[in-house]
Amino acid sequence: MENLKTTPLHNTHRQLGARMVDFVGWHMPVQYEGALAEHQAVRNNVGLFDVSHMGRFRIRGADALPLLQTVTCNNVAKLAQGQAQYSALLNERGTFIDDIVINRISDHDFLVCVNSSNRQKDYDWIERHRKGDVSLSDDSEEYAQIAIQGPKSQQLTTEVTGLDLSPVRFYWFTEWKVEGHQAFVARTGYTGEDGFEIYLPSNFAVPLWDKLMTLGKPLGVAPAGLAARNTLRLEMRYPLYGNDIDDTTTPWEAGLGWIVKLSKGDFIGKAVLDEQRASGVKRLLAGFELVDRGIARDHCAAYLEGRQVGTVTSGSYSPSLQKSIGLVYLPVERSQPGSLFDVDVRGKHLRARVIETPFYKRRN
Amino acid sequence: MNIPEQLFYTKQHEWISVADDIGTIGITDHAQKELGDVVFVDLPEPGVRVQAHQAFGSVESVKAVSEVYSPVTGRILEVNSELTDGPEVLNKDPYGKGWMLKVKLADTAQLDDLLSAEEYTKYVQEESGE
Repeated sequence: MENLKTTPLHNTHRQLGARMVDFVGWHMPVQYEGALAEHQAVRNNVGLFDVSHMGRFRIRGADALPLLQTVTCNNVAKLAQGQAQYSALLNERGTFIDDIVINRISDHDFLVCVNSSNRQKDYDWIERHRKGDVSLSDDSEEYAQIAIQGPKSQQLTTEVTGLDLSPVRFYWFTEWKVEGHQAFVARTGYTGEDGFEIYLPSNFAVPLWDKLMTLGKPLGVAPAGLAARNTLRLEMRYPLYGNDIDDTTTPWEAGLGWIVKLSKGDFIGKAVLDEQRASGVKRLLAGFELVDRGIARDHCAAYLEGRQVGTVTSGSYSPSLQKSIGLVYLPVERSQPGSLFDVDVRGKHLRARVIETPFYKRRN
Repeated sequence: MNIPEQLFYTKQHEWISVADDIGTIGITDHAQKELGDVVFVDLPEPGVRVQAHQAFGSVESVKAVSEVYSPVTGRILEVNSELTDGPEVLNKDPYGKGWMLKVKLADTAQLDDLLSAEEYTKYVQEESGE
């Protein structure tokens, strides 16, 4: 475990007895007490995630908006101050460099949250296209990021920050001062529950986490690791970069057409996306459940009439649905709910069925 | 670490208890802890023959799959069907209600090749670098 990067909360995780793993070069908690309990804590109460390993860029200047309009596919001009947007960096082939969240702090000031595994690649890509009056800075190390997720997250986040969060709607954020330092509280997350992500200077991460744990105790708060984070996001069909989307897939194929705004003007990858929209895609990312007993995992091969047609990009046991669910690219004509195919699970061909996504629907 | 004195163990973290020539097989407390919450168990049918050192089934947690190896050669007399609907028993009671197979041993001499509680304890400690 040498040479792994650590977050400001590394010691905290160890003190909590977390099982630590190498996650794309970071020494991160995969679980504390248990993945199932952590998953349920987020669905029923509130869970805490250290997501400080993610990348955070600050893009500022009069030409910040034109730069972001060029390198992302969603329409950044639509973002109001204090609003966040899910989007993607695409290459000229219209395939994913990364999926990202853009927070508009002011007219000429943006905070962009990127996947940890893509941080350097994203930075280099944006830097390559930077021109005019705009600065790009990688503030990942200066900031920590804690996600507070679950139906009781507003109560806990309000108690801990002292902010009135009821006016902050989903995918909006507000500024917060931590001992005079700038921080942000965003109503965003990767779980499908109501939730917040706090961006704050690194040295305040431990006291904030401790306060969340203490004040969250009566609410049933639980620290949650990567295992729960993965099952929670998969139940919502939220894609994971490197698994469900990468530089071989386009937003149309991934079912992420809603983040592509072809009418906003030119952007990198637009030409291919225009063309692919006209011609139609050949495959689509579909959600499935196993009909046979077993659990389909990442990388299991998918078969139609004995011929391999794809690979399970994400597969896991779903704690909420108590069955095996997953995502797989299938030929368009076989990607609709009800369509049957086979998954090779360690040498056994098990029957799978395409079903509607998101797999999990929130109760309230 | 819970490693009962009277059982025999394998390096793949299975246990077997033997009365006459009938063996009861399961996974150890250490194995269930390493695996985490068990959500799925795949076992063969009674009557099937198992071979020493060969996988007879699998145990799956949220994150991982683990094959389960038979400590001995023999024929399956009984399978713990409770595990199908309640796999969490493997976490709660790995040496009791979490048993997996009852097997009629082909050769009780095979038990000599297995680890004692003391040897298994030492093995686990070495493996986890303690």
